[in-house]
Amino acid sequence: MEALKAKDYATDQEVRWCPGCGDYSILKQLQTVFAQLGLDRDEVTIISGIGCSSRFPYYMNTYGMHSIHGRAPAIASGLKMANPALDVWIITGDGDGLSIGGNHLIHLLRRNFNVQILLFNNEIYGLTKGQYSPTSEVDKQTKSSPFGSIDHPINPLALALGADATFVARTLDRDPAHLRDTLSRAHSHRGTSFVEIYQNCNIFNDGAFELYTDKATKSDYTIDLKQGEPLVFGKNADKGIRLDGLKPQLVELNSSGYSVSDLWIHDEKDPTKAHLLSRFFDGSLPRPIGILYQEDRPCYEDLLVSQIDGATEKLGKGNLDQLLKAGMTWKVG
Amino acid sequence: MTKETKKQETSEITIKFAGDSGDGMQLTGSLFTNNAALFGNDLATFPDFPAEIRAPLGTLSGVSGFQLHFGSREIFTPGDRYDVLVAMNAAALKVNLGKLKKGGTLIVNTEGFDSKNLKIAHYDRPVPEEDDELKSSYELIPIQVTKLTRTALEGVDLSNKEKDRCKNMFVLGFLYWRFNRDPTTTINSLKKKFASKPVLLEANLAVLQAGFNYGDTTETFTVTYDIPPAQMPEGLYRNIMGNEALVLGLIAASERSHLPLFYGSYPITPASDILHLLSRHKNFGVKTFQAEDEIAGIGSAIGAAYGGHLAVTGTSGPGMALKGEALGLALMLELPLVIINVQRGGPSTGLPTKTEQADLLQAMYGRNGESPVAVIAASSPGDCFDTAYEACRIAVEHMTPVIMLSDGYIANGAEPWKVPEVEQLSPIQSVTPESPEEGISFQPYSRNENLTRAWATPGMKGFAHRVGGLEKEALTGNVSYDPANHEYMVKIRQAKVDRIAQFLPKASINKGAAQGDILLLGWGSTLGVLDSTTTELIDKGLAISHLHLRYLNPFPEGLPELLANFKTIIVPEINNGQLSKIIKERFLVPVIPFNKIQGLPINKTELKDFIYALLESEENGSIKS
Repeated sequence: MEALKAKDYATDQEVRWCPGCGDYSILKQLQTVFAQLGLDRDEVTIISGIGCSSRFPYYMNTYGMHSIHGRAPAIASGLKMANPALDVWIITGDGDGLSIGGNHLIHLLRRNFNVQILLFNNEIYGLTKGQYSPTSEVDKQTKSSPFGSIDHPINPLALALGADATFVARTLDRDPAHLRDTLSRAHSHRGTSFVEIYQNCNIFNDGAFELYTDKATKSDYTIDLKQGEPLVFGKNADKGIRLDGLKPQLVELNSSGYSVSDLWIHDEKDPTKAHLLSRFFDGSLPRPIGILYQEDRPCYEDLLVSQIDGATEKLGKGNLDQLLKAGMTWKVG
Repeated sequence: MTKETKKQETSEITIKFAGDSGDGMQLTGSLFTNNAALFGNDLATFPDFPAEIRAPLGTLSGVSGFQLHFGSREIFTPGDRYDVLVAMNAAALKVNLGKLKKGGTLIVNTEGFDSKNLKIAHYDRPVPEEDDELKSSYELIPIQVTKLTRTALEGVDLSNKEKDRCKNMFVLGFLYWRFNRDPTTTINSLKKKFASKPVLLEANLAVLQAGFNYGDTTETFTVTYDIPPAQMPEGLYRNIMGNEALVLGLIAASERSHLPLFYGSYPITPASDILHLLSRHKNFGVKTFQAEDEIAGIGSAIGAAYGGHLAVTGTSGPGMALKGEALGLALMLELPLVIINVQRGGPSTGLPTKTEQADLLQAMYGRNGESPVAVIAASSPGDCFDTAYEACRIAVEHMTPVIMLSDGYIANGAEPWKVPEVEQLSPIQSVTPESPEEGISFQPYSRNENLTRAWATPGMKGFAHRVGGLEKEALTGNVSYDPANHEYMVKIRQAKVDRIAQFLPKASINKGAAQGDILLLGWGSTLGVLDSTTTELIDKGLAISHLHLRYLNPFPEGLPELLANFKTIIVPEINNGQLSKIIKERFLVPVIPFNKIQGLPINKTELKDFIYALLESEENGSIKS
C-alpha cells in the first residue's frame, strides 16, 4: 500500500472555522503528523466535545465522534476499554475541557488511558460568541463581563500535574515545527498525553498569545524546554533560570556572575521540577513550551484486561449454564 | 424431659422481622427466605430499610424491616398484614404493630423495651409483658433475647458487644422450631459467611441452636406450624432478587449475542448492587467501570457501544436526570445502549430506599427535542432476568437506546425463580455492515427494512466514518442543517422505534377473560398485587381481568383493541397517574387511576376496597372517569 499523505487524512467536508483561526494550523499539522507516523485511518478515532475545536472529527478521514459538551474524555475512556488497540485522540478546548468537562478531565488523567488529549486554549468562548472562559485573565472585558471578569483563571498544566497526568506539554498553533514535534512525542507516550495548545481566536480574543508567538518577543517570553539541556532563553540566549533551593531565579548570564553551568537542567522525569515549571504562569518568568513532564505508569485499559485475564485464570472461563444454576437450587417434579 | 407439641398445617404465613438497622434483620429475613425457598415454598419478600447506614439507635426512623410471605400455594406479594411480627425493640413494635393481624403472633425482645428505648421511640404504652391490651389481642411471646444469647455464649471468647450481635440468630432459631424447619441451609450459609472467623461461626451456630431449643423445651409453647411445599411447574429453581436476576440477564444477553458486556455506572441506591454483582463476573469478560459521575457512566457506555460492546449503564432517578443529555446523543448516534433505572421515591433525592414508579414519564419524554427511545419494565424479581435480556435484544437488533425500568421493591425483593435453559434463550443478532463497493464511501446512516442502520465500529477496515450529535444528512451522516432533512430524520427516528412493535409479542391478558367489566391495567412491580387481586375478585364473581405491560414504548400491537373490550379500565400505579396519562393521551379511552405514593407497594386490601367502592358508586350512577 502506498504511504498516505497529509491530505489523505482530510475529509471532503468544508472546514467551517473563521478565516484566520488557529484551528486551521492545528488541523494541518495533525494531518501532517498522522502521515509522518503512517497511522492507519481505520485504527484512529478522534473524539471531541462541543465548541469550535470540537468540530475537528468531521475534518479528519478516520473514525470520529463529535459528542456532547465536556464528555469526550468519558466517551473515549469507554471506547478505549472496549477496544484497547485503537489510537484515540481527544480534542477539547478551554471551555469544554476545563469548565463543563473539568471533572472528566482529571479522572481521565489519573486513570492514565493510553490516549492523546489536545486542549485548544484560546482563553475565550468562541462558539457562543465571546464570553470569558475559565482560562481568561482577571479583569477581562467580554459580553458576559462588561465590568471585567472577577474569575481567577485555571492553570491547565498545573491542574494536569495535580491530577497525576503522565505526559504534560504545551505548544503553540503558530509554531508548526514545535507543534508537530510535540504531537509526535505525545503519540509515542504510552498513557494519557495532555497537550495544551495556545490557539489564537482572531475574532473574540485576537493576540492573546502574541507575546509567545510574535518573532519580536517570542524568545524573551518563552522558554523552549529540551530534555537534559539548561534553561536558557532570550533573543541572544543571554538569560537563564537557576534554582535557588526550590525557588526559580531568573538570571542574566552576562552580568550576574552566573554561567550556563549554574542553570537548571531540564528533566522531564522530575515531578517536582515539572510542578515548578507549571507555575511559570504569572508573567515574571518566561512561559515554558515543550514537554514539562513524562512518566511511565500502567494504563487503565491494560490493567483492566489483565484483571479480566487474571479472573478468568483463577475462576475459569465463565460458563453461563453454571452461573444460572449457581447458589442454592432445588428441583420441582 | 419431653413435652407434647401439636403440629398445625397452614397454607401461608407472613412474617415481619423488625429491629434497629444494626440488628441484622435483613440477614435474618434472607436466611429464613432461602430456607423456605429450598424447602419448596412459594414466596415473596419485601425488605424495607432506612437510608441511613446506622440510623440513631432505637429511633423510629432507624427501624429496619424484612417482610416474608411464604406458602404452599402461589404467592404473588409480600403480604398485606403480618401473621408473625418479630420486634427487637420498642421502635420496631411501634412502627409495625398496626399491620399485625388480630390474633397474630408477636415476638418481642423484652430487653429492647428498657426506659431508654421507650423514651427514644416515644413509646407511650406499657411494656409488652404488662400491656393487657396487647396480651388479649395477640399471642404475645416475650423473650429476653440478649440475656439468653449471652447465656448460650458463656465461656466463648467474645466481648459482650460481639455476643449481642448474634441475637438475631436466637430469633431465627426460635422461628425454625416454630415452623418445623430444618436449619441445615442456614448452618451452611453461616459456615460460608464465617469461614475465616471460626469463633464467630461457633457463636452464631450456638445461638441458632439455643433459639431452636428454647422453643423445643419451654413448656408454654405447644403448637408448631407446617407449611407444605407449593405446587410449582417442573424445573430447577433458585431464590433470586431482582438486581441479581437483572445481572444474570445481562450476562446471558452478552453470551447469546457474542458481544462483550460493558457496564459503566456510578454508585446509587438501589442500583449499586448491579455494579457489585457484575464486577464479580470478570471471567465472563465483563468490563465494569465505576465512573466519576453519572454522566461519565453513560458516556463511557456510549464509547463502549461505539466500540462494539454490549453497553449498559445503570442508575436510579436522580442519576437518570443527569444522563439525559447523553441519552439524547445515543439516540442521535443510533447506537445500541441499555439504560437501567431502578426507580426510587422522587423527586430530587426523594426517598432513596423506598420504591416508586414515578420515572415513567421521564423515561418516555425526559429529553430535549423529539427523542424516542424504547422503554420496557420488569414486573417481578425473576422477571428482571427476561426484561434485561429483552432490553439488550431490542437495543442491539434495532440500534437504539433502551430504557429498562425496575424499582426498589423488585430490585431488593426475592422470589423463587425457575432457571432457564441457555439454549432456549433466543440468540441476539447485531446488524453488521456490508463492505462498501470500490470507490463508494460507507454510508453509516443507510437503513435496512427495519429502518435500522448497521453497526460499524472503529478498527473495522474500510468503514471509517464520523458520527455526532449535530443533525445528520440521511445517508452519509454528514452534518446537515437542511430543513427538510431534519424533519425527515426526526420522523425516521420515531418510525424506527415504532417499528420495534412488529417484533414484540402481541398484547395479551394476564388473567381473566379477554373482555369484561373491569380491566386492571398495570406495568412494572405491581404485577403480583394486580394478579392476586384479580384472581380473588374473579372467584367472587366479578368480570375482572388483568393486563400487565412489559413494553411501554412502543406499546405492543393489539393493545387498543383489548382496551376497548372493557367497560372500565383501572390503572393502579405507585405514582400520581403516569401510565394513566399516557393511555388516555395515546388511545383516547377513559381510565380510572388508582395511585399510591407512599414509597410502598400497593397492597391487595386497599386495591380491593377501591374496586368495591367504585362498583358501588357505579351502581349509584355516579361513576366518572
